Amino acid sequence: MPHRTFLWFILPSLLAMVLFIALPIGSVIVQSLYVEHPQVMVESESCGPFGCTSATTVDQAATRALREAHPLGRFNGLGTYLDRNHLATTEVSAAWQTATGPGDFVSRLMNLPFYKALAFTLTYTFVVTPVVILAGLAIALGVNGLPRLLRGPTIFVSLLPMIVTPLIGSLILFWMIDADGIIGATLQRIAGDPDLSLKASPALTWLTVILYGIWHQAPFAFIVFYAGLQTVPSETLEAAQIDGASRWQRIRYVVVPYMAPLAVFVTLIQLMDNFRVFEAIVGLSAAANATSLSYFIYSDLNGDTQQFGSAAATSMLTILGVAILLTPVLIRTWRDFNRKRV
Amino acid sequence: MASAANRRAPALVVLSTVLVLLWLVIAAFPFLWTLWGSFKVQGDFFSRADWMNAIWGTHTIAQTGNAFTAQGYYGAWVQEGFWRAALNTGIVVFFTVIISLTFGTLGGYALARSGYRYAFWLLMLALVFRAMPHITLVSGYLMPFFQWNLWGHLPTAIIVLVAINQPFTLWMLHSFFLNIPKDLDESAMVDGCTRFQSFWHVIVPVMWPGVITTGLFSFLLAYNDFAVTAMLLSRENQTMVPQIASFLGSTYEEGNVMFAVAAVVSATAPLFVLILFFQRQIVSGLTAGAVKG
Repeated sequence: MPHRTFLWFILPSLLAMVLFIALPIGSVIVQSLYVEHPQVMVESESCGPFGCTSATTVDQAATRALREAHPLGRFNGLGTYLDRNHLATTEVSAAWQTATGPGDFVSRLMNLPFYKALAFTLTYTFVVTPVVILAGLAIALGVNGLPRLLRGPTIFVSLLPMIVTPLIGSLILFWMIDADGIIGATLQRIAGDPDLSLKASPALTWLTVILYGIWHQAPFAFIVFYAGLQTVPSETLEAAQIDGASRWQRIRYVVVPYMAPLAVFVTLIQLMDNFRVFEAIVGLSAAANATSLSYFIYSDLNGDTQQFGSAAATSMLTILGVAILLTPVLIRTWRDFNRKRV
Repeated sequence: MASAANRRAPALVVLSTVLVLLWLVIAAFPFLWTLWGSFKVQGDFFSRADWMNAIWGTHTIAQTGNAFTAQGYYGAWVQEGFWRAALNTGIVVFFTVIISLTFGTLGGYALARSGYRYAFWLLMLALVFRAMPHITLVSGYLMPFFQWNLWGHLPTAIIVLVAINQPFTLWMLHSFFLNIPKDLDESAMVDGCTRFQSFWHVIVPVMWPGVITTGLFSFLLAYNDFAVTAMLLSRENQTMVPQIASFLGSTYEEGNVMFAVAAVVSATAPLFVLILFFQRQIVSGLTAGAVKG
C-alpha cells in the first residue's frame, strides 16, 4: 500500500490517539513540574485601645487573580517528585540512617503514601496474575472434561464475573462481606467473633481486594485456555498415551507446552490490567488500608482542591512502572520481528 | 479427541466436576443473591440475625405486606433520577462504539495491508498506549479541558473514550483483516478500483463478523468505564457507573442503600443480555489475539 493511501486510512485513528493519549502524556509531564500557587497572604494591623495586633489573612481576590493568570501554578522542577507524598527522598534517607533493622525500615517506608500504594499495587499484580493463570487452567481442564451439552451454560456463567463493570462487581462483593451481609455475618458466626470485620484490618482488606481481583480476572484466563485446549492435536495426545504416558504426564508434557504461548499472552494482558487496579478499591471502600497508584492519582484529582501537580507526578511514576513492566515484552517482540525480517 | 484418550479415573472425574461446580457457585452466586435481595427491604438484605431472612423476606412482609418489593427500583429510577444516567450511558456508549469502529476499521485495514516497517511500530505504539492506566491520562486531560471549557460535556467523554479504545480496536481489527485474503481486494484494484473503492465494495461486505466482535468489546469498555466518566462529566451529564458510586455517598446515611442495590442490578441487566446473545462472539474475540498469535 502506498504511503499516501496508508496515511489517509490511518489518519482518524492516529489523530485520536495522538490528541488524546500522546498529548495528555505530554501535558502530564509539564503539569508534574509545577505546583499550585500558595495563597496570597496580607498582613493587616488593627489598632485598638490595648495596642496594635497584626493578623495575616488570605487575600482571596489576589489569590484568585494569580491562579487565573497562571493556571499551571508556579514552577517547581522535580520538587513534587521528591516531596513527602511521592518519592520522599528526605524521609527515606532519614529512615535508612536511623532504622533499627530491616523490619523497622520497611514499616517506616509503609507510612509514606507513595510507597504504601506502590507496595499494594505490586503485591496485587504479582499475586493475582499467577493465581489467575493457574485457576484459569484448572477450570479450563475441568470444563473440557464435561459433556459437550453442559459446556455452553458453564461458559455463560463463567463470563459473568469478567464482564460485569468492575465497580459494580466490587460493590456486590462489598455488600456481601458487610458485617450484616451474608458472607460477613457467616464468617463472624464461624469465627465466633462478633467484631470480626473484613474492612477493618489491613491484612484482611488486602486479601479481600486480591480475592476480588482473582474472581474478576480468572474467567479471561479460563476462556483463552479453554479455546487453546480445543486446538491441542489429538494425534499427539494419543501418541503420548500409546507410549505409556499417564494422564498427568500428558498434561505436563503435551498440553502445558502447547499452552505456553497462550500463557504468555494472558500474562501480558493480566500484568497491564492488574497494574492499574483502581475500581475495586473504590467499590470495596478499601482506601484506608489498601491504596493503589491509580487510586492515589484519583484521590488527588477528586479532592476539594484538585492537586494537579501531585497527580501528574504520581502519573509519571506510574507510567514509568508500566514501561518497566512492558520492556521485556517489547524487547522480545523486537527480536522476533528482526528474526522474521532476516 | 478419541474416547480412549479421554477416559479417566473416577476420582479425577469427581475432582474436576467438584472443581467446576465450585467455580460456578463462586461465579454466579453473588449475582443471584444481589438480584434476589434487590427486591427486599434493607432489613432483610442486610440481616445480621439470620441470612435466611433475605430468602423468606421476613421484614419485607412486615413492612410492605408482600414478600417482594420494588421500592429500591422506584427510589433509584424515579426519586433519584437514575433514568437520566441510563440515558446518558446509552448516548455515550452508542456514539463511542460507532466512532471507534469507523476509525478502527479504516486504520486496522491499512495496518493489515501495509508491509512497511512503520506499520509494525504503530502497532507497538498502540500496545504501549493500551497499557496506560486510564486515570493517568485523565490527570492530563483535566487542566486543559477546564481551561478550554470542554469539561463536563458528553461529546468530550465520547471522544476520549474513542481514543482510549483505539489501540485495542486497531489490534483486533488488524488481526481480522489479516485473515481476509489479500487477493480479494487486490483483484478489485486490478479491475480498476481505487484502494478506497475496493475497501468499500469488497472488504466492507465481508468484514461484519470481525467488526461485531470488536464492537462488543468497545461497548464493554465504554459501558464499564469509571475513571473517565467519573472525572470528565459534570453532575447533570453523569452516566450510570459514576452515579452508582455517588449514590453510596448520599444514601448510606438515609438508610437507602437499597437504591444503590437496585441501580446495580439495573446496570448489570444489559450485560447479562449481551452475554446471552453474543456469547460465541465474546469467546472468539477473547481468543482471537491469542490463538492466532
